[in-house]
Parts: sequence; structure tokens; C-alpha cells
Amino acid sequence: MADKVLMKGNEAIAEAAIIAGCRHYFGYPITPQTEVAAYMAKKMPKIGGCFLQAESEIAAINMVYGVSSTGKRVMTSSSSPGISLKSEGLSYLAGADLPALVVNVQRGGPGLGGIQPSQSDYFQATRGGGHGDFHMIVLAPASVQEMAELTVKGFELADTYRMTSMILADGTMGQMMEPVSLDFDIKEAPEKPWATTGTKMQREHNIVNSLYLSPEKLEETNFERYEKYKYIEENEAMYEEYMVEDADIVVAAFGIAARVSKNAVNEARSRGIKVGLIRPITLWPFPTLPFKKAAEHAKQFISVELSMGQMIEDVKLATDCKVPVTLCNRVGGMIPSPEQVLEAIMEADGGVK
Amino acid sequence: MAVVFQKPHSLIDVPLHYCPGCTHGIVHRLVAEVIDELGIEGRTIGIAPVGCSVMAYDYFNCDMIEAAHGRAPAVATGVKRSDPENNVVFTYQGDGDLASIGMAETVHAAARNENITVIFINNAIYGMTGGQMAPTSLPGQVTQTSPYGRDVNHCGYPVKVCEMLSELEGPEYLERVTVNNVKQVRNAKKAIKKAFQNQLDGKGFSLVEVISSCPTNWGMTPQAALKWIDEKMIPYYPLGCYKDRSAEKEAE
Repeated sequence: MADKVLMKGNEAIAEAAIIAGCRHYFGYPITPQTEVAAYMAKKMPKIGGCFLQAESEIAAINMVYGVSSTGKRVMTSSSSPGISLKSEGLSYLAGADLPALVVNVQRGGPGLGGIQPSQSDYFQATRGGGHGDFHMIVLAPASVQEMAELTVKGFELADTYRMTSMILADGTMGQMMEPVSLDFDIKEAPEKPWATTGTKMQREHNIVNSLYLSPEKLEETNFERYEKYKYIEENEAMYEEYMVEDADIVVAAFGIAARVSKNAVNEARSRGIKVGLIRPITLWPFPTLPFKKAAEHAKQFISVELSMGQMIEDVKLATDCKVPVTLCNRVGGMIPSPEQVLEAIMEADGGVK
Repeated sequence: MAVVFQKPHSLIDVPLHYCPGCTHGIVHRLVAEVIDELGIEGRTIGIAPVGCSVMAYDYFNCDMIEAAHGRAPAVATGVKRSDPENNVVFTYQGDGDLASIGMAETVHAAARNENITVIFINNAIYGMTGGQMAPTSLPGQVTQTSPYGRDVNHCGYPVKVCEMLSELEGPEYLERVTVNNVKQVRNAKKAIKKAFQNQLDGKGFSLVEVISSCPTNWGMTPQAALKWIDEKMIPYYPLGCYKDRSAEKEAE
């Protein structure tokens, strides 16, 4: 067991990316994720990597597109308003079936919003994040350890499925410090015969492209991509269940909201309330299975979010609206307190009885 | 029998989709000839734009990438930085792509002296979408979106890319050429070759602006369009070398 080091969440992402073999990072400063760029700026030149501060988020994601076209592991990171700018590139990455890792350390919105933590980019991340039919694999860390682990996992999934993995963190995860173990078993990246690395005059030319003027052909690429998505939905969903087995009330929460909720669940349990927590770790694919299972015995779900209620729609979909789902939330950079979540549990408990 | 003329290997032998009289075909051929002559096809990666030359990826035999509108220099930056010792990277962009929606990417790639080659087709119009006003449309020029002629009081003046970029410390080489007669085609090829050679020599950002014709959207015959280049375009966009940092250094 390797020693643990005390790191900020943003730094853990950067170090884990380097460990995962990422040698190219492009970004643009924006709070609260700038530590990722700062870490890369310091480290990359010393390990033969490339850190480049782009002129814009748009340029950064297109530099990512360029490196990814050549088959190398590459990433960018930003925060909410910057991710909106990157959404054009996210769509092109999807259309060209290119792997990439994109980090969103969310802040409050809409517009310039604020710089405090938020989860209000859930829709943007899980519904694709740009024009056209597509998905990204969306990973939601709830600790600094997971910031690192899911970064490694994100690169692996991106390469396996030739698509973007997004780390959907929030300002709290990015800024807080925790001990983290960086002892990872890195799998070798798959062969990338599609990469534009130069023909060496030994093969037909490769083309990285998302343009199909024939509607039949374009439809076919969409169908193929959604076959892949279906496989991912069936095989890659990740979640944590906490005291769900006998629960009358099930709290759904990810990231920082899940940590707050766990405290509330513990407190409610000590008061004799049968409550549990389902924490989605992948937001896309959404882990529908534990929700379906829990809906068989639970009488109420509570979605705890740092948004006006976005994940709640997936909870309702996953449970086929069989059980009422209520929302417990704060927004604009505010975080629900354990007391607020406890109150929502108590209220539900009153309703359950 | 000695071969005296043949198609360049790095240009795929398929019919191009360009309109009759369009000069894209000439410039494609020049780029391909240069790639052949320098023997770099196997390590060249081309970046196609959005616009008339969007399907350039079907014409060049080297590896090709299709970029989002205006983002080719950023994509090229990524490709170049992925393997700077071996990759040869060029972008092929029109005026709307390079000088309007992609202006930031153009200026900053030049400012960084990114070691890439940029082929810039300036025909003063948006061709692919059917003839709208471009950032380089001339004052008074009639287009679909300037039906009464480009009114500089309303929508400002054309962008002179070479002149503008030449003010930057960064770029290595900026030259404006045209291809409306044999002599000019030869000059254009020289400039394009130099722009690729600069990259091989590690000298940095090299851009060749090619004043081109668009008979279809200018509403002219191909011959009249070539004449219009001489009469209208070149007076506004004078040909010549706007920056050659290595030559300047040698002269000092």
C-alpha cells in the first residue's frame, strides 16, 4: 500500500492524469479549477509533456481534438461557463468518435453566475453537452481520492469507447484537501489504427471527420453510436449503495451532496428512521438498477442536489415514477446542510408513516 | 518513355467538387506538388476547414482531419504538439473560416509562432453557403448579404490578414500570392514550398494567402473572374512578402 499524500482535488486530477499517461493538457484559467492548469504548467515540461495555455476554451478543446486525432491521451479542464464554450468541440469529438478527458469543476450559474460550488450543469453533461445526438461518460467524484481514481478510469473508458469522459465535479471537490493514494494499476491503452499519425506511405490515409452529407450515412453513424451507448449503459454504470436494503426512504445524491446526505442518513438512522442513500458515480450512464430495486420497497425518494432539480428527472425515470420523488436543494453556490437533508428525511418519514 | 507531366501522388485521383473556374483546384495541386517534392506525404497531416474546401480530406492522400469552423489552427496546434519532431501539419482555410469565425485561433497561432503551415484562400466571399459577405469582401462588393454593396459605414472594412499579422512578433513568414495566370501560379508554388520548408526547418508559423476567384458567387465567367482579381482584388490586397523573419535576420 503506497503512502497517502494530502492534495487538493484539482491537483489530484492533474497528478492522476499524468500517471494515466496523459502528456498533453490545454486549458484556460477559470475559477474554481485553475489549480489543474497550474499543476500541469509546473509538471508537464519536466516530464516531456506539453502544457499550453490556450487563447480560449474554444481553442483549448480544439487542441484536445488535434492531439486526440493522433491517438494520444489528452485532456482539458474548466468550470461551467468555460464548458459552455467547449460544447462545440464536445460535439465534434463525439461526431468524430475521438477519446478525450474533460473536467468540469462546476460553479453556480447561469451566465457568469458565481465561483462557489454547484451541480447545475447536470443536464448539460448528461444530455450530451452540445448539438446533435450524443453522450459523454459522466463521472461524479465524491472525494479527492475519487477525483484521482475517476480521472484514471475516465481515460480508460474514453479510449475503450472512443468518446469523451467528463469528470463532473464541483467547486468543493476541486478546492478541498484530503489524503489520497495514487497507487494505480494503469491499463495499456488500446491500439488506435484510426489515428492520423501520418500514413508513413504504408496504409490508406486516415480521416478524422464528423461530416456526412449523405443522410443515410449520417443516420447509420448515429445508430452505430447508440448501439455503443446501449452497451455502455448495460455495462459501465457505477454507484454506491448505503443502507438501502431495508430503506423506506432513499436519498439520491452525488458528489458533495452525497457526502452531506450520508451524514443526514446516519443521523436519521440513529433516530430509528429506515433511510438509505444511492450515490450515482456515473451520471451517464445513470445507474438505473439500484433505483429500480429500491423502488420495490422504498416509499419515497429524495433527490438532494445543488441545482433546481436536474438529477431528479433521472430518478423519476429510473423508478418509472412508481414512488414519489421530492427535491431537497440549494443553489447559486450554496450547499444543503446535513440538518436540511435530515429535515427532508423527517418530513418524508412523517409522510411514510 | 520519360514522364513529363503527371498528377501529384499526394492528390487523390478523383473529380473535385469545386465549380468550374474556381481556383481551389490549382491551389490543391500546388500543395500536393510541394508535399511530393519535399517527400513528406507519409508524415503530413492536413486540416480541412468549414467552407468550400471542407471536403479537402477526400482529395489529399495524406492523413486528414476535418476541423470545426475556424478552429483549424487550434486543431493543428494539437496535432503538431503531439509529435513536433516528425509531424508536418498544414491547415487549408478560406476567408470566412480564417479571418472571421476563426480570427482568434489564427492570430494566436501566429503569435505563438506555431510551427505549422497555413494555406489561406481569400476569394472575398462565402462560397459554400451561396455567396454571402466575407470579412475580406471589398468595399462596395455586392453579395447576398450586402445586396446594395458592402457599406463600410454599416459593416466596416475588409480585414487585411497579412498586413495585420505582420505587426506581430511571432510569425515567421507571411506572403500574399495569386493564381490567376501562369506566372502567378509559379510564384504561388514557390511561396507554398517555402511555407512547408520553414516548418521542416523548425522556423515556425508560415502563412500563404492566395487571392482566389469565385466565378459562381461573383456572378462572372471564369475569365472575367481572373481579370477581376487583377483589377479589384490586388489593388486592395497587394501581393508580396509581408514577413520573412529569417531573411530579415540574415539581412541584419
